[in-house]
Amino acid sequence: MSQLFYDAAPNATRVSPEREADRHYPEKPEAVTLFGTCVVDLFFPEAGLDAIRLLEREGVRVHFPQEQSCCGQPAWTSGYRDEAKAVARAQLDILDQSGLPVVVPSGSCGGMFRHHYPALFADEPDTLKRVEALAERTFELTEFLLEVCRVQLADRGAPSKIALHTSCSARREMNTHLHARELLQQLEAVERVDHDHESECCGFGGTFSVRMPEVSGAMVKDKTRSLIDSGAVEMVTADGGCLMNINGSLEKQKESFRGRHLASFLWERTNGDNAGEVA
Amino acid sequence: MSQRIPVTELTPDFRGRAEEALADGQLRNNFRVAMDSLMTKRANAFPDADEREGLRELGNRIKAGALSRLPDLLEQLEQKLTENGVKVHWAETVEEANSLVHGIIEARKGSQVVKGKSMVSEEMEMNDYLAERGVECLESDMGEYIVQLDNEKPSHIIMPAIHKNARQVSKLFHDKLGEPETEDVNQLIQIGRRTLRRKFMEADVGVSGVNFAIAETGTLLLVENEGNGRMSTTAPPVHIAVTGIEKVVPNLRDVVPLVSLLTRSALGQPITTYVNLISGPRKPDELDGPEEVHLVLLDNGRTGAFADAQMRQTLNCIRCGACMNHCPVYTRVGGHTYGEVYPGPIGKIITPHMAGLDKVPDHPSASSLCGACGEVCPVKIPIPELLQRLRQENVKNPEQPQQVKGGGAKYSRTERWIWRGWQMLNTRPALYRSFLWAATRFRVLAPKKAGPWTENHSAPVPARRSLHDLAARHLDQNGGRPS
Repeated sequence: MSQLFYDAAPNATRVSPEREADRHYPEKPEAVTLFGTCVVDLFFPEAGLDAIRLLEREGVRVHFPQEQSCCGQPAWTSGYRDEAKAVARAQLDILDQSGLPVVVPSGSCGGMFRHHYPALFADEPDTLKRVEALAERTFELTEFLLEVCRVQLADRGAPSKIALHTSCSARREMNTHLHARELLQQLEAVERVDHDHESECCGFGGTFSVRMPEVSGAMVKDKTRSLIDSGAVEMVTADGGCLMNINGSLEKQKESFRGRHLASFLWERTNGDNAGEVA
Repeated sequence: MSQRIPVTELTPDFRGRAEEALADGQLRNNFRVAMDSLMTKRANAFPDADEREGLRELGNRIKAGALSRLPDLLEQLEQKLTENGVKVHWAETVEEANSLVHGIIEARKGSQVVKGKSMVSEEMEMNDYLAERGVECLESDMGEYIVQLDNEKPSHIIMPAIHKNARQVSKLFHDKLGEPETEDVNQLIQIGRRTLRRKFMEADVGVSGVNFAIAETGTLLLVENEGNGRMSTTAPPVHIAVTGIEKVVPNLRDVVPLVSLLTRSALGQPITTYVNLISGPRKPDELDGPEEVHLVLLDNGRTGAFADAQMRQTLNCIRCGACMNHCPVYTRVGGHTYGEVYPGPIGKIITPHMAGLDKVPDHPSASSLCGACGEVCPVKIPIPELLQRLRQENVKNPEQPQQVKGGGAKYSRTERWIWRGWQMLNTRPALYRSFLWAATRFRVLAPKKAGPWTENHSAPVPARRSLHDLAARHLDQNGGRPS
């Protein structure tokens, strides 16, 4: 069905707000906490490890509290507020132990901390204060690298053409949809190509993908089609949920095209040891 | 999809209808092309992001401010309209509204009604109600005319026939009106125009909607592009306007930014071809205009939404349709899949107050919460937030008092227990780590089928080692301090 769409306006949905100027970014801290996220934890752990390596290379010590689990988003978006709140409280307690800035390699979990925790705890003034402080010190990986570490990446990989998928939460909750682009721009041999309807949702939406598999499946099929047709050799994204959705769909369709986490891509391109493996 | 959908008798089968729509390549293409074009038009109509955001903020403040004193404004509106010679009627339900409209037509011994576009009249299913009582209603908006001719319901609140392309309209005109087939849009419009012109002159009553009802001056404002709104409200001897109680705004100054937001968000127009300001019936010294003007103000569940501080924001809506134009779900399944008068994101948050959440239990879930709707809403309704709220209302225990009409429709003891289990897993670190250990250790045993997930994806296989594991080893080696 998707080929029918190709006479449509290619980027009509690029309606995102311009990059927010007023978020205050602190000086580079000595140490941060990495909140790995449950999807990265179980399905893309190497992306989490690469995020740690990228941060360490910038001279930032990384803490990974072993008590962390999930941000609570699946229950929250399913309407199970109490269950979401209990899990959120557990993460809040863990992240408050050190009080360090929190770096998250996923826009949607970052959005959960920054935007949905305050809604969850709106009725608990004392907890709300802690939640607001957490929101203030939570950063998506790409914005932390770019705005706080002011990273300068030296590309050591072979020329490559890639497509970038930005999650809706990065785009609309975290306002970090342009940070990944800027990071990729630093890589000399990497060409980023636009794909059709780039700013449109990949169809994951957490439990939406299993509650409405018909609609979600149509969305991810369109997304994978436009990624493949973009001429890129691979896709990168800074969101574990989208990655699981897009790669799972590609594999089901027996396509060879794949996506990977931006952290892994950046680390491989810029790390001397592995540079030869890229291309 | 070509069957007429009797809204009140629908089964709540969103997924079944979605599946049908998704399999219809023509339908999907029609929507994708149309929605892309509308998104581009809107984007071009707001070239300056600061101006756009400032205007949206202002629009939100005006609507929220008006709602905060809704009872007073409605009282003022009634008083001013009455002074202007407009008869004001109040209807709590669609039945009351229909019976009021029928009563007015009956008093004039009318048998023919010509209608401008009105979503509230769709809400009332006015055409059917009147047809059963021997009154013929003809839709005069081109899109409405097309769907009426094909025995359908509108699939979009601004462009009712957007699910059809020119070829399909041509075939319809050929089949129903015996016109020669043509895909020239101008010729198609001429065909409609010929039929409608005559009807404007013959009709006993004209019915229209209202975009904004202005309390201070007692004015009904109506925007349109085809002139049919002006014809319907001025040519017949009686004009009946029907609208929801949330359309009242304090004064004409407030209308300026709201109209700009409406026309730019809807069709990317700086302003519509016609802006009608109706302030009363024909005066003795005037040459034209209706002899009688009536306004029917409909509640139909709106006060229910009004009573809830969070859900009240749904009443900000100025019915521009931008949320559906930008919705990846709506774009793929089309308006009829929603099976309700108001489709798309806005439909999902207002329909529960009208019909009850139990009538549309799947609607709150039919969203990836991508946020595109909230991003473009001209009056800043936080649609994703309200969808999440409805998801909570949906799974509440139905035996407890409900905050939203028909809440608790998706209550499932089993699902509640699954989430309790999930909660336990994610709040007990030792349990969670044991789970990670088992899932990575026995990854080859991961099921090959994982419910609906594997309909669209390969089966998910856990990694060899979890990040918990990798991070602990790495930080240990690097002298880091795993806490």
